[in-house]
Amino acid sequence: MIPAPFEYSSPKTLSDAFTLLETSGPDSKILAGGQSLIPVMKLRLGQPSRLIDINNIQELSYLREADGYLRIGALTRMVDLESSDLIKKKYPIISDTASHIADPTVRNMGTAGGNVSHADPANDLPGTMVALGAEFVAASSKGTRVIKAKDFFVDTFTTDLKHEEILTEIRVPMYAPGTGGAYLKLEKRVGDFAIAGVGVQISLDNDGTCTRAGIGLTAVGPSVIEAVEAEKALVGKKLTEEATRAAASLASDASTPTSDLRGPADYKKEMIKVLTSRALKRAHQRAVGGSA
Amino acid sequence: MEEVLRGLASKMHVEITVNEQKKEADVEPRLLLVHFLRENLSLTGTHIGCDTSNCGACTVLVNGKAVKSCTMFTVQASGKEVMTVEGLAKGGKLHPIQEGFWEKHGLQCGYCTPGMMMAGVALLQKNSNPTEEEIRRGISGNLCRCTGYVKIVEAIQYAAEKLREAQQQKVEVPAR
Repeated sequence: MIPAPFEYSSPKTLSDAFTLLETSGPDSKILAGGQSLIPVMKLRLGQPSRLIDINNIQELSYLREADGYLRIGALTRMVDLESSDLIKKKYPIISDTASHIADPTVRNMGTAGGNVSHADPANDLPGTMVALGAEFVAASSKGTRVIKAKDFFVDTFTTDLKHEEILTEIRVPMYAPGTGGAYLKLEKRVGDFAIAGVGVQISLDNDGTCTRAGIGLTAVGPSVIEAVEAEKALVGKKLTEEATRAAASLASDASTPTSDLRGPADYKKEMIKVLTSRALKRAHQRAVGGSA
Repeated sequence: MEEVLRGLASKMHVEITVNEQKKEADVEPRLLLVHFLRENLSLTGTHIGCDTSNCGACTVLVNGKAVKSCTMFTVQASGKEVMTVEGLAKGGKLHPIQEGFWEKHGLQCGYCTPGMMMAGVALLQKNSNPTEEEIRRGISGNLCRCTGYVKIVEAIQYAAEKLREAQQQKVEVPAR
């Protein structure tokens, strides 16, 4: 399959990329890892007139903690999220997620920024970022702005990013000890999109009472879903079997899946309940065990 | 027509080191790396299987990392080093991974084999002594419809052992 023709540029700096974006048409696209965009172009579901390849912009590739946030440069590859010791130790929900995205060869190319910007409701990273209460840094020649996860994911394949903007960083708050997270994905086979997925991040105080809960749902709606009622139900409570079950049930209520090749809608709703319950238990273990 | 003109007007010059040889060409930005390798360079060892980034038959190494060459544009590889299955054997001697597939019958129809071997090489570069599970995870981006994978895993284990032995000898030589 051969994509439609396009113009190609590979700027080495962000400011050159901004200039290119501003001077090219509204159907120009940013090329990061290309593991979603290139298939879209090969199937001619998309025919951008110009690709602005940001792979040579070194300043977008980093992974570090600074000023209260884990900062993930937009060009950070999935393989790096999966294998980083910092991530495995302090943000295991992210390594859980990365290790379930497509397959290892695709993860060598696929980027964190591309995964969230593509805003496929079946992509795994958005659910995790919603659970983590992440923020997204959008930059243009006019400056930068920070977008909250709940405002970033607008609709299917649609984010709050403007045409002139480039997502440069994903920021995850550094939570205090007593925080734990997990991502669970149900998939038919390795490399497939999720039938359903759930990301959970909880913080507990000294006596085990939940002070914050974040729950993001994958592939069960037109966009990633934040299970707000389930989150609210957990705060102020200990994570007992009863509280976990009630939250899982509320998360399932928040999902709006459709029936497709991966299963009927009611099955997916049931799976959200099961996955939420299991993810909460794993997150709880990790919170108590000390690793976030 | 406008589309055609736009495509023709925007050919770009690329310089890519393929199997340690520098190659130059003027290509359309939309030319996928796998087509460049197969059609421009006649390196047909790299196969096109599903053409949808699922099967891994087109796996090559770009700067040492396994990538699916049906999901990368040639222009993206400019200035980089690409290694295909044709670059494995040196001076008429098979690479240990090729030897492994030969000795352990790691193939039946052979269609997935070049991609499988490149994924295996990439895996062994990162992990010289992988467990069976690590091998199975490492090649999970590559589909084989004949073997059931058992013999492929054995072939990679064979290669891992050969490569470790070679490494061992290298270390031992200067000590004498």
